[in-house]
Amino acid sequence: MDLKQLQQRGDYEWLLPATGRMRVPGVIFASRDLVAAMDEKVREQIANVASLPGIVSAAYAMPDAHWGYGFPIGGVAAFDADDGGVVSAGGVGFDISCGVRTLHTGLKLADIERDKRRLADALFARIPAGVGSTGSIHLGAAEMNAMLKGGARWAVHEGYGSDADLAHIEEHGCVAGADPATVSDQAKKRQRDEMGTLGSGNHYLEVQVVSELFDAAAAAAYGLTPGDVVVSIHCGSRGLGHQIGTDYLREMVVAAPAAGISLPDRELACAPLKSALGQRYLGAMRAGINCALANRQILTHLARGAFAAVFPGVKLPLLYDVSHNTCKEETHRVDGKTRRLFVHRKGATRAFGPGHAELPPEYAAVGQPVLIGGSMGTSSWILAGSAGTEERAFGSACHGAGRAMSRHEAMRRWQGRALVDELASRGILIRSPSLRGVAEEAPLAYKDVGAVVDSSDRAGLAGKVARLTPLVCIKG
Amino acid sequence: MRWETFAHEADVGVRGSGATLAEAFAGAAMAMTAAICDPQKVGAGETVNIECAAPDDELLLLDWLNALVYEMATRRMLFSRFDVRIADHRLQATAWGEAVDVARHEPAAEVKGATFCELAVRQSPDGTWMAQCIVDV
Repeated sequence: MDLKQLQQRGDYEWLLPATGRMRVPGVIFASRDLVAAMDEKVREQIANVASLPGIVSAAYAMPDAHWGYGFPIGGVAAFDADDGGVVSAGGVGFDISCGVRTLHTGLKLADIERDKRRLADALFARIPAGVGSTGSIHLGAAEMNAMLKGGARWAVHEGYGSDADLAHIEEHGCVAGADPATVSDQAKKRQRDEMGTLGSGNHYLEVQVVSELFDAAAAAAYGLTPGDVVVSIHCGSRGLGHQIGTDYLREMVVAAPAAGISLPDRELACAPLKSALGQRYLGAMRAGINCALANRQILTHLARGAFAAVFPGVKLPLLYDVSHNTCKEETHRVDGKTRRLFVHRKGATRAFGPGHAELPPEYAAVGQPVLIGGSMGTSSWILAGSAGTEERAFGSACHGAGRAMSRHEAMRRWQGRALVDELASRGILIRSPSLRGVAEEAPLAYKDVGAVVDSSDRAGLAGKVARLTPLVCIKG
Repeated sequence: MRWETFAHEADVGVRGSGATLAEAFAGAAMAMTAAICDPQKVGAGETVNIECAAPDDELLLLDWLNALVYEMATRRMLFSRFDVRIADHRLQATAWGEAVDVARHEPAAEVKGATFCELAVRQSPDGTWMAQCIVDV
């Protein structure tokens, strides 16, 4: 990105002044190097988001921002319903509530080294992964609606986990206001056999080891010590979320002119919050969030089964679960006033700072756990929401590394088999139904996640707590 | 009918071209299969009929590709041959394919949906048609 278009406001903060159709400025939180490496399309997309009706304060971009559809991936924008604000299906994306959850295992690296291969095979046998895979749960119409309303709470009620899990999930595992009637029959049909499936692309389940700590107080609150083995799951709302995105994106594009909304890019498709369409989308999107929470809860249950088969008696308590493709109604202070805002985070993680009312009591003093997935074979990170982050980007931080090159280019450069062998020689076991999928997700096809979390830390969004190194990766 | 996939930073572009609008649409569908796996590995033993209608050609392309995404997801199939007929923004098509066989097809990624990003349907001065968009994988 051409830095001349931006005004530097600090080492990690850049302002894109409001010009033309922009109602508010854009703000990018990232190091000079990361901003310089961003595509010009990211600037265009930030400016487009800043032009939407009812946007509040600024259109924000996180350190891992890259070219998305309509909104940049790594984009954050809040809208006020009383100010003509909108909700955007493009601002949430297709994989509604895609996110990461991390589980403790109570095991140390030395405990699992000998049985790592057996563990990898047990996980791969139990976790449905890849294109066309189905789960063992098949939902009828009534159960589908109960799942869409209940989220992870529904899953726990069905026997997949315990109440203790719910305390460590955003919104306690169930977002209010989900309306299954606003979800199309097609979306429900796509989900019927997909509960408890990982999906494909960049989705994974990883066994990781805590290899480095950066913040002793936060690490203690999160229960992390060096050498601990943890499990991280990255996936979303599966076919249901994808179909909700498809359905409402189209409907919003077609309805926009009548609503008086002129879209600079059709992928920004949105509807006024105070409209029947906007409200219907909110009901469906929240059902999508609950579906993702239920899905990750069931996958957690399956992972617990695999661990118990290899390490009898081991428990996997939930550290935390975050979503990074959402629109959530939240209370924020803006220019000294308390306002209810609809905060879109597309490829961005909620990162509430210490003392926030929505945090579990045991994390309140250190801030919300922010779980950052790395690329296959590289580090993942646990950060903590920084003090004052609510004033910077509505309490948001980065979500991952972001691709550095297209799938095309990755496939041209790497062979799946060679990658699996190379990672195995470094002690990282990959299990995947598709070697081409492995090549497309090659570690070097992604940006350096370390630089992204450094920027997040120094920009005051979320501070570094722990670095996690992969041991086993089940790849969709 | 010709088809190709093209690069996008996070995802994949699909493009079809041909002497008619229908051929370009068939090509875009073939490119979408190529975004998932090698189309030459996909048999053509089963057929699925698809119909859609939209106010313009671009929305029609989106609806066509999304209808295929839906059929692939719910039938757990992949497609390798398409016969498309278009008149007055109404599309009728037959898609030939087979059930996903993970070991044989090695599908790399499922398509979540066709997007408005880079969405374009155009006729060149020489009369040939091109249809493209980015698909989210």
